[in-house]
Amino acid sequence: MMNVLDAVFAEKKKNVLNIYCTAGFPLMESTTEVMLALQDAGADIIELGIPYSDPVADGPIIQQSNMQALQNGITLTKIFEQLTQIKNRLHIPVVLMGYINPVLQYGMENFCKDAAACGVSGIILPDLPMYEFEKYYASIFKKYKLNCIFLISPSTSKERMKKADALSGGFLYAVSSSTTTGTQNSSENKINYFKKLAAAKFKNPLLIGFGIQDKTGFEEACQYASGAIIGSAFIQHISTAKNVQKAVKEFVHTIRPIEQ
Amino acid sequence: MKMLGATVVPATSGSKTLKDATNEAIRDWINHPQNTHYIIGSVVGPHPYPDMVARLQSVISKEIKAQLKKHTGKLLPTHVIACVGGGSNAAGAFYHFIKEKKVSLVAVEAAGCGLQSGKSAATTQLGSTGVLHGSKSLLMQTADGQVVEPHSISAGLDYPGIGPLHANLFKTGRASFDSSTDDEAVKAAMNLCKKEGIIPALESAHALAQLNKMKFKKTDRVVVNLSGRGDKDLATYMKFL
Ligand SMILES: Cc1ncc(COP(=O)(O)O)c(C=O)c1O
Repeated sequence: MMNVLDAVFAEKKKNVLNIYCTAGFPLMESTTEVMLALQDAGADIIELGIPYSDPVADGPIIQQSNMQALQNGITLTKIFEQLTQIKNRLHIPVVLMGYINPVLQYGMENFCKDAAACGVSGIILPDLPMYEFEKYYASIFKKYKLNCIFLISPSTSKERMKKADALSGGFLYAVSSSTTTGTQNSSENKINYFKKLAAAKFKNPLLIGFGIQDKTGFEEACQYASGAIIGSAFIQHISTAKNVQKAVKEFVHTIRPIEQ
Repeated sequence: MKMLGATVVPATSGSKTLKDATNEAIRDWINHPQNTHYIIGSVVGPHPYPDMVARLQSVISKEIKAQLKKHTGKLLPTHVIACVGGGSNAAGAFYHFIKEKKVSLVAVEAAGCGLQSGKSAATTQLGSTGVLHGSKSLLMQTADGQVVEPHSISAGLDYPGIGPLHANLFKTGRASFDSSTDDEAVKAAMNLCKKEGIIPALESAHALAQLNKMKFKKTDRVVVNLSGRGDKDLATYMKFL
């Protein structure tokens, strides 16, 4: 059987919408509700954030959601329980995004085993160096049929981009500009960089993320890649919502209007 | 810092301590890679920073050697005592003596309100292997791998980790690790001020406090690294007067 992530890109070469949500946010029990609503509203992939006390790649909005989720009492164990609850109802691929330390404390083998058991397709760990992955963890990922997804940015060298592409599976994650999540670095020539990405012959489909906030940003990124990832703008939108399900659908429909 | 011409940006995220200032410095670097050269004030962070900082700070042990020769005619001290936050001043003070097995290296962490008080920064006593700021070392953390908020009266020791070099010195037993409480440090600072007219940094006062806990022979050549001056700590010292 084809990996569900690969299946998404096999079926749909363009405009793949990946939405990032923080597990346990806004409430501890929101995880499953938000994910199911994302699926209903038409998201293609869900990137589920594992909250961490020190998320250095993240801007203020996702930092805040991480802190809130930790205060709510979220843990990796709880996240796997929540994913198990909706395993039979969630059919779009789930990619876990987190920082390496909570994963190491859980144990890499246990983490991969439990992630795979509840249907997760890929893992993004921005502070896991590629050589450590190759040396210590690649075989574990392989054993549990999990893709590891690496990030590239405007300051990544050509050789390193190649290496990130070679080690990644499912898709390759291109950071939209030199930035933490939630903003774009306006001092760079974004379109030149996007063109360079589009011209690079990566083996993986490319998703562009960080600082993509709305339909315009999404469509712009989609001109140069297979799709895009939206995080902070989504988190911002649902953070104060009274009806979380409704807010999730509202947001997704602003990016991708309901087909008539 | 402002008198020296720096622009000072306070860290407003997380627990607003040294760990969060380090997070913010890394985030600023991520956001401005073209025009920013990242530098870090301790032997922590991703490779090669811990190694770079240790080599730059190694001037301290070079100078210890030179001064010791001048004052005692001997090349090696018997003891080198230094405080450890992230561990840069200790790394520098130990550097040229690490291979000299006769020199006893003493690292002093901040016990805060006491090791078991829940308000401490003594990483080797309370931590376990973990990754923070891009290096794998000892780290104060929960069972779930969330970084614990440390406490020390001194801002510079209020850090939940130590550099990888110190984790190695600790695990191999090459250095001995002890800790001083907030109160012991303040008392040692007051004592140095009365005896020598020197106001030490609160961080350095933790190393000074260690002197009371150790027994020495008359012939020992003991070096305590006074890593900084107390100008920046006057507001804290005044509360104890
Ligand atoms: C005077 C002084 N000593 C020591 C330290 C602790 O840092 P480290 O352990 O890296 O020497 C600091 C940190 O700010 C400091 O200001």
